[in-house]
Amino acid sequence: MQGASLSVGAPSPQPSPRWGEGVRTSKPDRGDVRHDDKSMLYFIEQFLNGIQLGMLLFLLAAGLTLIFGIMDLVNLAHGSLYMIGAYFAATFAEWTDSFVLGAIFAIVATLAVGMALEVIAMRRLYARSHLDHVLGTFGLLLFFNELVRLIWGPAGMTLSLPGEMLKAVEILPGLFYPVYRLVIIAVTLAVAFLLYALVMRTRLGMLIRAGASNREMVGALGVNIKLLYTMVFGLGAALAGFAGLMQAPILTVQIGMGENILILAFVVIIIGGIGSIRGAFVAALLVGLVDTVGRAFLPDLLHVYLSESAAASLGRALSSMMIYMVMALVLIVRPEGLFPAASK
Amino acid sequence: MKGLLETSRGSRPSPRLAVNAGLLVILALAPLYAALTGDPFAMTLFTRVLILALAALSLNLIMGFGGMVSFGHAAYLGIGGYAVGILAKEGIGSGFVQWPVAIAAAALYALVVGALSLRTRGVYFIMITLAFAQMTYYVAIGLDRYGGDDGLTIYQRSRFGSLLDLDNKILFYYLCFALLLAGIYLVWRLVNSRFGLVIQGARSNERRMRAIGFATYRYKLVCFVIAGAMCGLAGALLANHTNFISPAMMHWTRSGDLMIMAVLGGMQAMFGPLLGAMTLLLLEESLSRVTDYANLVLGPLLLFVAIYVNGGIDGLIGGVRHG
Repeated sequence: MQGASLSVGAPSPQPSPRWGEGVRTSKPDRGDVRHDDKSMLYFIEQFLNGIQLGMLLFLLAAGLTLIFGIMDLVNLAHGSLYMIGAYFAATFAEWTDSFVLGAIFAIVATLAVGMALEVIAMRRLYARSHLDHVLGTFGLLLFFNELVRLIWGPAGMTLSLPGEMLKAVEILPGLFYPVYRLVIIAVTLAVAFLLYALVMRTRLGMLIRAGASNREMVGALGVNIKLLYTMVFGLGAALAGFAGLMQAPILTVQIGMGENILILAFVVIIIGGIGSIRGAFVAALLVGLVDTVGRAFLPDLLHVYLSESAAASLGRALSSMMIYMVMALVLIVRPEGLFPAASK
Repeated sequence: MKGLLETSRGSRPSPRLAVNAGLLVILALAPLYAALTGDPFAMTLFTRVLILALAALSLNLIMGFGGMVSFGHAAYLGIGGYAVGILAKEGIGSGFVQWPVAIAAAALYALVVGALSLRTRGVYFIMITLAFAQMTYYVAIGLDRYGGDDGLTIYQRSRFGSLLDLDNKILFYYLCFALLLAGIYLVWRLVNSRFGLVIQGARSNERRMRAIGFATYRYKLVCFVIAGAMCGLAGALLANHTNFISPAMMHWTRSGDLMIMAVLGGMQAMFGPLLGAMTLLLLEESLSRVTDYANLVLGPLLLFVAIYVNGGIDGLIGGVRHG
């Protein structure tokens, strides 16, 4: 790959970050159902995998869509917070010898990093154009990748799970599913519910919703808008870090891990409608399901018409493309996404 | 030519003229520097600067002057490169075939992408162009015959009979230089033509342009296709330069690089993309000679420019632009 990295860092000796073909290139703990078994069970398993990916995407997209909707900031460094959350969790889990403690510390630490980032850099970007946002946050992305390399070294880390989470349970007769993936689904659902309660039932949430529909008015009404922005950014960062640490045991913790999933998260918030948490939720599940189920079934579907190897490579390409096709379709039919933020 | 070098609307001589002229002199003499110092890497680096400047220039035509923020411009670079690579692999080594195919393929792709994307606005346009680039990226990964994820080595550069020998590094450098200058001239002519004024009008107020009777969609689409074709040529050059193509050429961070070059240099300036490409690549290179962690400096620098500098480097040189 080194011959191909074409601009920044081309001649330097450092290895370019590994770019996988999507976020789910390695799946060490998939369920036990065999790939060639086209049974209903296989479909259910893939469906659950899709839900699980969707829920993780939601964590990432919820923060992104809030930041985008309220501060009108295009944040390419959001994936860096995802990466940092995973690195923090791996480190703290090693220190405390506990996955749960490590995760809690990591969330707090990512929240702190996010709020500091907002105070130091991001709040100076709000008044600039979207292009300046891209330039500035791309700079931050480079900075964070390099900082992680400086602190944790170029080799990745692993975050190991407690023993009981490594097991698989029989959720249906004949269908064994990894406990950890069920835990991800349950915990992220709980977080989604909490987020919903926060946004719909609290004063902070009211301000957030008000900020998403009319920023100037909220400021004019005497709300401390600076503090609100810092809190929203911190919340988004904590959610991203949480997504990163939940995904960490499934994938390896490595530099650049946030880059591909960031693009998926952008796809989610565009499909869902910028600024809408409900839209992000629906779109995240849609993207997660389309991506996972497409990956699982397209090659076999194509195999009906094509030779095995042709079907495999075409299927791989097509299934990676599917979510982008969905997004293009959604935008052609509904140019503002599925759930445009109300009263805009 | 003075108007082009200055690229501002006023006619008073300005520091910009000196900087742009100096830039051209440096680029013209770069092979001499490489020969004198015996630093072969300088040639490689400067050739890369020229090629990526051409790509960033094409992006700037639609982004800076047309207001169409495409976040998928690396796709055209990749398509141009893959056209050369695939033809070379299939035994068609003639540049007279490869390069026109590269340009045509990129233009055709731009026509399709533009026709669909230009129906959306603002952030949605940014994201839909990104989506198309991602699709192209995954298509390239799926091309098993042409290396898939690993990419494809090109064993022979495009052949132009006895006319040009691209293996001659100095000759190749000057070819890139000439094509870049031709590109800048073309963009300059375009931007200052009636066509260019319509495009710029559509950037500032599209509704008004439509109201006075311009089919802005068609103008923008043509502009989009021209930019795609130009970037396809840059891709053909890049494939010849690195002798290698791979899907990584089209990764979204490469599109980000091109955007950064254009924004960093100054989007309202004809020489902005060149300034931006040169600054970014040279800075990156010199920093990485000093430290292993070049991006620790480069990243915050980009952030600083984004926050405090208006109009990129060109804006710094020229001070406030009149008009």
